Amino acid sequence: MSTETSLFELSRPGRQAWSLPELDVPGLDPEQVFGSAARKDNSLPELSEIDIARHFTRLSVLNHHVDKGFYPLGSCTMKYNPKVNEQAARLPGFSDIHPLLPESACQGALKLMYELGQYLKEITGLDAITLQPAAGAHGELTGIMMIRNYFEKKGENRTDVLVPDSAHGTNPASVTVSGYKSVQVKSNEKGRIDLAELKQACSENVACLMVTNPNTLGIFETESRQICDIVHSCGALVYLDGANLNAYMGIHRPGDAGFDAMHINLHKTLSTPHGGGGPGGGPVAIKAILEPFLPKPVIRMSKDEGRRTKASSGNSTLDTRHSTFRYWLDYDRPDSIGRVLAFSGHFGVFVKAYTYIRMLGSQGLRDAAECAVLNANYVRAGLEGIYDLPYKERCLHEVVFSGSNFRQYGVRTLDIAKRLLDYGIHAPTIYFPLIVAEALMIEPTETESRQSLDRFIQAMKEIAEQAKTDPEQLHEAPTQTPVRRLDEARASRQLDVNYQEPGN
Amino acid sequence: MKYTPHTPEDRKLMLERIGVKTVDKLFTGIPENIRVKADLNLPRPLSELEVIAELKARAAQNKDTGKLCCFAGAGAYDHYIPAIVDTIISRPEFYTAYTPYQAEVSQGTLQSIYEFQSLVCRLFNMEVSNASMYDCASALAETTHMVRDITRRHKVIVTQGVNPTHIEVVKTYAMGLNIPIQEVQLKAGVTDLDALKGMLDDQVAAVIVQHPNLFGTIEPTKEISKLVHSRGALLVVSVDPVSLGVLSPPGDYDADIAVGEGQSLGIPLSFGGPYLGILTTKKKFIRKMPGRLSARTIDKDGKTGYVLALQTREQHIRRERATSNICTNQALCALAAAVYLTCMGKQGIRAVAEQCLAKSHYLADRIEAVPGFELENKKPFFKEFTVTTPVPAAEIVEAGIKHNILAGVDLSSLNPDYQNKLLVAVTEKRTRQEMDSYVGFLNKEFGSK
Repeated sequence: MSTETSLFELSRPGRQAWSLPELDVPGLDPEQVFGSAARKDNSLPELSEIDIARHFTRLSVLNHHVDKGFYPLGSCTMKYNPKVNEQAARLPGFSDIHPLLPESACQGALKLMYELGQYLKEITGLDAITLQPAAGAHGELTGIMMIRNYFEKKGENRTDVLVPDSAHGTNPASVTVSGYKSVQVKSNEKGRIDLAELKQACSENVACLMVTNPNTLGIFETESRQICDIVHSCGALVYLDGANLNAYMGIHRPGDAGFDAMHINLHKTLSTPHGGGGPGGGPVAIKAILEPFLPKPVIRMSKDEGRRTKASSGNSTLDTRHSTFRYWLDYDRPDSIGRVLAFSGHFGVFVKAYTYIRMLGSQGLRDAAECAVLNANYVRAGLEGIYDLPYKERCLHEVVFSGSNFRQYGVRTLDIAKRLLDYGIHAPTIYFPLIVAEALMIEPTETESRQSLDRFIQAMKEIAEQAKTDPEQLHEAPTQTPVRRLDEARASRQLDVNYQEPGN
Repeated sequence: MKYTPHTPEDRKLMLERIGVKTVDKLFTGIPENIRVKADLNLPRPLSELEVIAELKARAAQNKDTGKLCCFAGAGAYDHYIPAIVDTIISRPEFYTAYTPYQAEVSQGTLQSIYEFQSLVCRLFNMEVSNASMYDCASALAETTHMVRDITRRHKVIVTQGVNPTHIEVVKTYAMGLNIPIQEVQLKAGVTDLDALKGMLDDQVAAVIVQHPNLFGTIEPTKEISKLVHSRGALLVVSVDPVSLGVLSPPGDYDADIAVGEGQSLGIPLSFGGPYLGILTTKKKFIRKMPGRLSARTIDKDGKTGYVLALQTREQHIRRERATSNICTNQALCALAAAVYLTCMGKQGIRAVAEQCLAKSHYLADRIEAVPGFELENKKPFFKEFTVTTPVPAAEIVEAGIKHNILAGVDLSSLNPDYQNKLLVAVTEKRTRQEMDSYVGFLNKEFGSK
């Protein structure tokens, strides 16, 4: 398969893809206005519209994507992205509204955000929420900052955050960026948090435990409530990494087990597209004790009694034709951690998540979780005995195998992953979690059919055979992709990250 | 509606293969006492037809730019978006993929990120750009960690010309690592160089400047750069990317780090997000830069290809030793910006900027002629300017809504110190007729006060 030339090579002086109305006011010379601060020239390329359409279309088809095929990337929940979500977010009443509109002019948007917040609180069993964080890691940072302020307000100087050894990399990084020390807690032989070890680690220095549930092995922390109790008994709080909410929505609510804060990855659980690496969404739901520390502003609802807006001097009233409630942004938050984004979050993503929840309802969400778990267990049953399964506990939405039984043939997990690409299937997450050697972390998601899973299982079986009989085929893989294995060492050494014209 | 494909027959066969009788048996790891017993309290499920009707009703309660003529800015602008931008980013090949962890089947995303980086470098005249940050404010905030890491100094100075909401985000991020953030005041609408000189001691890692600043005014970036560098500190500048069609880019005045809000580059207003944080720097600081980076390399057969480079800086490798926790960023928004910049190109970006310049000056002149309205300062501006108003600016904004005009941003809503100040933005989309109507509205409603 051929690859695509750089768009800079397609540039020819004088080509044009833009059009603007003729200037209808007197023109100004930038040099006259700005003097030496004026720009004389730039080196952006010049292409015609058809060049651009073809360039990006040709690039696009080099990608694997959910609409093309199976994408069992563990921890990322690559479920189908319903098309109605896209249509909804593109309604001009959502896509073309300025974030600093007066409240009277954006009641529909505020209401949608308020209601999405209510739904997420119901799904998580928590008391309050911020939609502002831009992604899961941003949610972690927001949550840990709120916990930090909570202890500061109480006058307690706690320095440590406990993080299990199975945690996502973002967890310890978020802890460090929040100014805490990350202290690792070991998992037991069943892949769960060891209660004895946890008890020992808990002290008055600990601000919180940051836990993923089900953990990154796909295994539920059966003793969630005891874990929360142990942490609470030393005065600390429990933060839940909500990356795996897809395993239990509608079945279990973290708030009911005692978790104090969690983020929700809208781009995983709630079907908003991953966009090639964002934008996502990372709302953080919390217990009432953390409410004062929410980022500002907080969206509120009041009964509309014909009151006038705060900023007006009395000559404007609200338009109440469409609602009997008024939605508004509360900036008067003295204990808030402050803002984490310039505006109120990824509104376009909220519309998609909201649409999804409205389409599915309670039973649809539960059905999604059930099918996600059914699919993961079906894959587990299909591959057990062929690939090593280091943790035998019943898994929920994802299963972690190990490719270490093929090391004797000189085959590594990387080779298995690359060979899968030749089958038109995206590889699972590999070499994570770190507690599993040669890890293959498989998350099929609920939207895959039995036929799709069978095809994957079959491919994995064939690859296992090839590993034994023809390991070279795996070392050479992939051969059916637009490019073959890339020289990463060269990439990091030469650091060609900004296109230069040949000869420059 | 459900998006799950299993028939009852599928379920039965699958459960048999797994060796359990019911789906419920798969959930035995979740103890009964923390299970949900009833349905969640959510609205009943809807069909597509119903959900779109419901959402249209919500959308109708918002005054979009089709209903209101938009003169509001302050970090979010009503620029023209060429049709090709949405066509490209609506391709499922782009929007239903994820982070390019398997480079061999992600060349489309990786090359488009590389091209985004390259286009941004050309616009900013900087040596390197990352793959994107969440928005301009969070990009600015991350630079406080970056400059501390580079200089081993601990303080950061920010000028009061930086958007107050961006300063708030900077302060939130600085809190965790205890980075003191000091504010330097403005004098006659721009950074007070004497005050800045007095504050620049050997513990200052960087000075953050917004250019054009909050009030729309052009900052003396060359003088600031010289001063900041003479004290061994770094210059971090936050720019409006569209302004770089006519204003000299950050690389020309030796900025060490330059960030920007990429929303202006083909991304809809969308009530504040998702937007696009641009972060660029000098090549020598590349290893201290947060976020992803796409690099050109070759494959096993010597064919050109692209991969994520320098991943050892990132959280999934460095974990608690990472200086940033960013993972998912704004790839699709970066793609939109890449398509936009390619479409506008060398001439188009200049034409957009020239129209913003000419139109904003036309409107500023006409507003200044309205009795009671004055320009905040007489310094050069690009597309945004501040007007001192005879009544609270919020009243003008509220009144404008009734005339189908979004008159601007009441600056007191961003910082209570800025009373009776209206920030007005004029993009290439505004017509002379719209501007004349706006001035007519001001004259009629407020001109005699």
